[in-house]
Amino acid sequence: MTFMHIGKDFVPPDVEGKVTGDAKYAEDFRREGMVFARLLTSPMPSARIVSIDASAALRMDGVVGIITADDLPPSAPPANPMLASEYVTYIGQPILAIAAISEHIAENALAQINVQFERRDFVVDPLDSLVEGGPDAYPEGNAMVLTAPEGDENTALVGRIQPVKWKAEEIAKFRRGEEPDGDFTAGWEYGELEAEFAQCDVIVEESFVTAGTPHQCMEPRTSMVYWENGKCYFHASTQSQSSVNNGLAAMLGIDPADLCVINENTGGGFGSKGTSYPTMGISGNLSRLLNRPVQLRITREEEFYIGIGRPGMQGWIKTGLKADGTVAAVDLIIVSDGGPTGQNSASSSAGHISVLFQPAAMRLRNIPIFTNTAPRGAQRGPGQNEMAAVLAPIMDKAANQLGMDRVEFRRLNAPNSDSGIYEAQGPVTSAFMAQAIDKGATMFDWQNKVNTPRRRGNKLVGIGVGQGYHGAGGYGYDGLVRIHPDGKIEIHSGVGNLGTYSYASTSRTVAEVLQCDWDNCQITHARTDRHLPHSSVQGGSNTIFTHSRANYAAAMDALTKLKEIAAGEFGGSVDDYSIGDERVFRTDDSTTGMTYAEAAQKAIELGGRYSGAEFPDDINPITQRAVAGIAGTGLVGVAKDNLERKGTPPGQIVGFVEIEIDVDTGKIEVMDYVAVADCGTIMHPQGFSQQMNGGGVWGIGMAAYERHVYDPQNGLPANVGLYQSKLPSMLDVPANMATAAADIPDPFNPMGGRGIGEPSQGCAVAAMTSAIADALDGHLFNRVPVTPDMVVNHLAGNTVNSVPLKLNTF
Amino acid sequence: MSSHDVMPDMDLYQPVQVEDAISLAARLGDRAWLLGGGQDTYGWLKDRAKTTEALIDLNGIESLRGVRETEDGIEIGALTTLTEIATNPLINENYSLLSQAAGRVASLQIRNIGTLGGNVSQDVRCWYYRRGLDCYRAGGNLCYADTPEGMNREHALFGASRCVAVNPSDTAPALVALEASMVINGDEGERILAAEDYFVGPAIDIESTTALREGEILTAVRIPSTWANATFYFEKVADRNVWDFALVSMAVAMKVSGNTIEDSRFVCGAVECKPRRLLEIEAAVNGRSHDGASAESIAATASAGARSLAHNQYKMPLMNNLVKRAIESV
Repeated sequence: MTFMHIGKDFVPPDVEGKVTGDAKYAEDFRREGMVFARLLTSPMPSARIVSIDASAALRMDGVVGIITADDLPPSAPPANPMLASEYVTYIGQPILAIAAISEHIAENALAQINVQFERRDFVVDPLDSLVEGGPDAYPEGNAMVLTAPEGDENTALVGRIQPVKWKAEEIAKFRRGEEPDGDFTAGWEYGELEAEFAQCDVIVEESFVTAGTPHQCMEPRTSMVYWENGKCYFHASTQSQSSVNNGLAAMLGIDPADLCVINENTGGGFGSKGTSYPTMGISGNLSRLLNRPVQLRITREEEFYIGIGRPGMQGWIKTGLKADGTVAAVDLIIVSDGGPTGQNSASSSAGHISVLFQPAAMRLRNIPIFTNTAPRGAQRGPGQNEMAAVLAPIMDKAANQLGMDRVEFRRLNAPNSDSGIYEAQGPVTSAFMAQAIDKGATMFDWQNKVNTPRRRGNKLVGIGVGQGYHGAGGYGYDGLVRIHPDGKIEIHSGVGNLGTYSYASTSRTVAEVLQCDWDNCQITHARTDRHLPHSSVQGGSNTIFTHSRANYAAAMDALTKLKEIAAGEFGGSVDDYSIGDERVFRTDDSTTGMTYAEAAQKAIELGGRYSGAEFPDDINPITQRAVAGIAGTGLVGVAKDNLERKGTPPGQIVGFVEIEIDVDTGKIEVMDYVAVADCGTIMHPQGFSQQMNGGGVWGIGMAAYERHVYDPQNGLPANVGLYQSKLPSMLDVPANMATAAADIPDPFNPMGGRGIGEPSQGCAVAAMTSAIADALDGHLFNRVPVTPDMVVNHLAGNTVNSVPLKLNTF
Repeated sequence: MSSHDVMPDMDLYQPVQVEDAISLAARLGDRAWLLGGGQDTYGWLKDRAKTTEALIDLNGIESLRGVRETEDGIEIGALTTLTEIATNPLINENYSLLSQAAGRVASLQIRNIGTLGGNVSQDVRCWYYRRGLDCYRAGGNLCYADTPEGMNREHALFGASRCVAVNPSDTAPALVALEASMVINGDEGERILAAEDYFVGPAIDIESTTALREGEILTAVRIPSTWANATFYFEKVADRNVWDFALVSMAVAMKVSGNTIEDSRFVCGAVECKPRRLLEIEAAVNGRSHDGASAESIAATASAGARSLAHNQYKMPLMNNLVKRAIESV
C-alpha cells in the first residue's frame, strides 16, 4: 500500500523546543503565590511511626504548611499510599510533605521535624522471607493472596496479605536448581505437561534470578498544582495524558470533569508514569489544603524509590525439546520480588515463553513476596524482558544439546499468524517472526559469524541471538478530529508525550485518511481543557497500533461527514464522492464539490452530529466532554475504535550480538548489534529507529551494567543515583546499531503498524546473555547483569560468595 | 534520611591570592572546606551527609593553574584541570602515564571541571560512608562494609584498619609511579612530600586520605625528570568505559633496554586506601629479560598478601592480570 504520510519521516511539533530548550516540563511552570513542597521520607526499611512533631518546622519563617496521612483518605496495604500512616515499609517512603515560600526553606525545614519510629524486622531478599522463620515485610505477612483476577501491569493487585512459608529444605533445593515443593498463590497451565515432557529428547533444568532495577527517568517527577473555582489545574509529569485523569481525580476526591491535566513534555516514564502515582495526590491535596499553588519536585534519589522499579525474579525452569527441535513443554516457577507493593509480572514472563517458543504445554507456578525494598511496577516489557534476559542462554543450551543451530531453533519455534499465546492460547492479529529472523540473520551474517573462531588474542568472542516480545496494542479508544472553517485540520490527541513522538506519528493517520497536507494539520494535546479524547495509556508499546486505529475511526467519521455534506449540497450519495487537495467532490466531475473549509462551515450550520452537538453513545465520558467543548466550531469527526479485532497485536523483535570478553579484565564489549522487528508497517522511520536503538541500549545495560544492590544489614539501597546504578554510557554501546523491520503490514491496523518500544530492550538483553554464554563455552550465570567481577571470578575459578539465587544482595 | 537537591546555607570566601587562602584556612580551621573543581565537594554538601560553615573557593587564584617546566621536570598547579593535563603537550610528550590516567578520570564533563589537586585529595567512595552512616571514617565505631554481609565489591584488599575503603583517584597511582612530589602550603610555610607519602591509609589517619593537615593547601605537584620518556603502562578497569571509579587500576613506569626492564615502578590503584607499590613485582622484573611465560608467573604474585572481603576476591586475579599485561606490553 502506498501512503501519503505513513512511513515517511516528519518533524514532530515538540522537537524544536527540545533542541532549543524552549520545551517546558512540569517543573518549569510557575504561578503567583506558588510554594514549594518537599518530602520527609522514611530512613528505615520497616518501622511503625510512633509520633510526628513538626511544630518547630512550622514555626520557621517562610514555612506555610504540612500534609500528613491524617489529611488523606485511608489506604490499605499493599496499595502504595500517598503518605505513610502507621507503618513504613521501605526506605524513602514519603511520610509528610512540608511547604514553604522557597525550596531552600522547605529543605531546611525537614531537619526540624522529629519523627519517632519503632523498628520492625525487614527483608530485602524474597527467599529470606519465604523460608520458615523468615521476617515478613508487613505485619500481616509476606505474600499476596489475590481475591480478584490479576489485571494488566498498570492495575493494582486486589487481595489480602498473609504469611506463606516454605520449608528450609525446599528453599535449599530451589537454590540448587531443583524443583521445590512449596505453596504458590498464582499461576496458570495449558496442555498436557507430563505427556509432552515424556516425548522430549532434551530436557534442561536451571534456576535463575533477575534484578528489579529502577526506571531512572531523566525527569524526576514534578507536579505543579493550583485550584481555581473548584477546578484543579495539574501540571504533571506523566506518560499518558487522558489515562491519568480518573485515577488522579479519585486521589483528589473530585469529579474528573473538574480536573485539568496539563502535560506538554515528559522526561521519560518507561512504565512508571503510566497512570496516577502517589506524589501526584500529595501535591494536589496539599495545594487544596493550603489554597495556594504548590510545586513538588522530588529529588534524583527519591526518583529511585518513588519512581518504582521492575519486580525481581527468583525462578526455576524446566524446558523440553523434541528431536526435531520443537519446544514441547515448559514448566516454570517464579518467586517474584514485589517490593512493598507486591507488583508481579510473572504471568507476562511466562507469556513471553509461550509466544516466542510456542511450547505445546506449559505451566506457571508463582508467588509474589513482599520485600522492604523500593516499590515495584510496570517497566518496559514488564515480565517479558527480564524473562528474555535469562531465557536466551537456557534455550541455547537446550538447542546446543540437540546439535541445532540457535537461529534455526528459534525460527522453527517462531509464532505465526495462526499461533496461540499465553494461558488461553489466544490469537494474535498477525505474526511474521520467522521473516524477521531470516532478515536479521542475513543482515548480521549469522552463518559466517557463528562459525568464526571464538578467540581473538586475549578476547573471547561471543555470538548471540535473542528475542523480545510485548503485546503491542489495544482496542476501543476514541479518536477526535475537527476541520475548522478556515480549512485547518485539528487532531485532538489524549496520548501523552513521553518522548517517543508516537502521539504525533499516530495523528498522521488522520492526514492519511483525509489525504491532506500535513502542514495544514495541527495536533492538539497536552491539556485536558483543550478537549482531548479518551486515549490509551502511552505505554505497553500501545500507541502505534491503538491510536492509529482510534484516529482512523475518527478520520473516517469526518470523511463520511464530508461526503454527506457534499452529497447534501450537490446531490447523489456518499459513494459518488471522492476527496483530494482538501476538497470533497463528485467522482465523475471533480469540478463539482467544495473545500474542506466550506464543508466545515456547512457542518456548523447543520449542527447535530456534523458539528459535534451530538455524538455517538459509545464514546467515553472523557471524549463526551471533549466533544461538548468544541461543538459548533467546525466539522467534528469522533468515533470509538470499533474496527474489527483479533486478539493480541504482538510486538516482536529478534536481536543479534557479537561481543568480545577480555579474559584479563572481564570487560564485555559489544562489537556488532542488529535488530529486526516484526512490527507491521513502520509508521515513522525516525521514531522507529529511536525506539529500536533506545531499547537496545537499555537491553545492553540490563545485560552487563545496571545493578540493584541492597545492604542486607540495614536495608539500605546502594544505587540511588544515575551514577551508582551504572546505566550504560554512549561509550559502552556500539556507535552503530543496525535496525530494520520485516515490514509486513498487520491486517488489523488500517495503517498496518504495531508497537515495538518494549521488545527492543528484551531482544537486546537476550542476545547479550546468549552471546556471553557462547563466549564462555556455554557457562550460564543465570542472572543479570553480568559484570566484570563475575567474569573474572568465573575465569579464575573463584567460587566465593556464590550463593545461588541471591537477589538484591549479590 | 530525606534527600535533598538544594545546597544548605554556608559562607563563601573567594580569595585571589594563595596567601589569603592560607590565612583563611588557618583562621577558619575545621569550620571551612577547600573548594577546587567541586566534583567531590558538592555531592557531600548537597546530600548533607557532611556540612561546613564556610567554603574557601580557590578557583580565583590564577597562580594555582597551569603546567610549568622546571629545572628537573615539570610543576603542575593544583587547580589545573584534568582535561588540561590529559591534553597538555609537555605532559603528553614526557609523562604520558599521567595524561593517560587523567584522561580516564570520570567523564569528559567532570574532567573539564575537576582539578588535579581535587583528584589526588578526594575522599573515599565507600557507599556506606557516602550515605552518611556513622562508620569509623565518619567518627563512629563501626564498619558496615567489612562484615560477612557487607556489600563490598569495590573495597580494599590491603591495608585495612577498621576502614576498608579504597583511594578512588586515577592520577594518584600515576603520580606515585612517576615519583612526583606534592607542594603543600600552610600557615607555617611550604613543605614538600613525596607522592608516596602524601596518600595515607586508615591506620595513619582514618578520616583523611592524605597527609594534608588542617589549614594546609596543596598548591602544586612536581614531577621530576627521573621517568621522563620511560615506557609507561596505564590501565583502568571499571564497570563502564566512562564515569566510573576504578575496580582496579595499574600505573607502571619502566626503563627498558632491549628486552630487559632495567628499572620499574608498579603502582596499583583501588585495592588499598593509598596507591599500592608492588615492590615484589618491581624486584622480580628489574634487570631481567622477560617473555610472556615469565610475565604470567611473576604477575601471579602481585596480589600476594591480600585479605579479600565477601565480594571483592575478583580484584586479586584482576591485579595479577594487569601486572601481566604491563610486563607483556614491553
